[in-house]
Amino acid sequence: MGILDFLRNKPAPSANIARERLRIIVAQERSTRGGPDYLPLLRSELLEVIRKYVHVEPDAVNVSLESDSGHDVLELSVALPESERGHG
Amino acid sequence: MTEIIVVTSGKGGVGKTTTSASLATGLAQRGKKVAVIDFDVGLRNLDLIMGCERRVVYDFINVIQGEASLKQALIRDKRLDNLYVLAASQTRDKDALNQEGVEKVLDDLEQNDFDYVVCDSPAGIEKGAHLAMYFADHAVVVVNPEVSSVRDSDRILGLLASKTRRAENGNGEVRQHLLLSRYHPVRVAAGEMLSVTDVEEILGLSVVGVIPESEQVLAASNAGVPVILDEASAAGQAYLDTVARILGEERPLRFLDAPRKGILKRMFGG
Ligand SMILES: Nc1ncnc2c1ncn2[C@@H]1O[C@H](COP(=O)(O)OP(=O)(O)O)[C@@H](O)[C@H]1O
Ligand SMILES: [Mg+2]
Repeated sequence: MGILDFLRNKPAPSANIARERLRIIVAQERSTRGGPDYLPLLRSELLEVIRKYVHVEPDAVNVSLESDSGHDVLELSVALPESERGHG
Repeated sequence: MTEIIVVTSGKGGVGKTTTSASLATGLAQRGKKVAVIDFDVGLRNLDLIMGCERRVVYDFINVIQGEASLKQALIRDKRLDNLYVLAASQTRDKDALNQEGVEKVLDDLEQNDFDYVVCDSPAGIEKGAHLAMYFADHAVVVVNPEVSSVRDSDRILGLLASKTRRAENGNGEVRQHLLLSRYHPVRVAAGEMLSVTDVEEILGLSVVGVIPESEQVLAASNAGVPVILDEASAAGQAYLDTVARILGEERPLRFLDAPRKGILKRMFGG
């Protein structure tokens, strides 16, 4: 086995993967923080329903509770994949 | 005024007790009157790391339940006159710890002119961890460069901002200090471990210190001497720097780079 083979067999640096996974999960958990305990479950059930109609990424659904002059507003956003845009 | 510092993390085994012992010792070395309290009810450990396990007669729970006075339960450190340890109880009754009791002990320490109380939190986010952080003015959040530890410390940061006396009374924030521990520069350089910058960016907080992974930590715990007293060790020096920063001094971060012992260096010396 030559030196190039040896270099090629080295696994991809895993710290990058760790960083990306953490970015997503931390952002997600921060968005439901301080809200009612059902928010994370609500989020994943919504995701399931949406996925019956459109294929979206697991982190495409964002749920957060905003306080707006005395009212609590549940904000929900769904990022659609490129190909689904403009269908209506 | 007594400043209360909680050492917390969410995840277990990241270095909270190691840090509590060194932080308390470091503050005492600076002339402060310090008490360090083990909140890990049922899993007493701090006394071993401080090297005073054979002198534990009364513990934190005994004081809370009125079975001993605070004076009787505080163990004076053998090395530093102004440093005291309050051991955790070995009881399996987690409910022995309660908010009023903890508050009373902290008030007593204030009456006795302590400058700092360091609270060594148990792992998790249950009662013990909650009570350890509840009265804090400062929090040292210990994190390892590893996914589950980073995620847990983010949850702890959330709790510090909402479930503490300061947060509930709108009495300013608990000051957060992120301490990155068990850092391995060689593995970071190889792309196998999250770097300081990665962790800072993910959590949106800069570090108050970086403690390298060091064999001296085990040696120190074997001997019952807080590693900060091993001034020849990298971990000891990193803790000294951290204590200085918590006291408001500026110190550059050290021990972040992999030692450059490449083939060239070996061939040409230097
Ligand atoms: N910087 C370090 N280098 C090497 N080992 C460490 C370091 N910090 C902690 N350890 C070791 O990790 C283990 C857990 O540390 P400990 O302080 O008891 O964590 P916690 O209180 O968070 O559970 C212990 O065996 C300790 O010796
Ligand atoms: Mg511990």
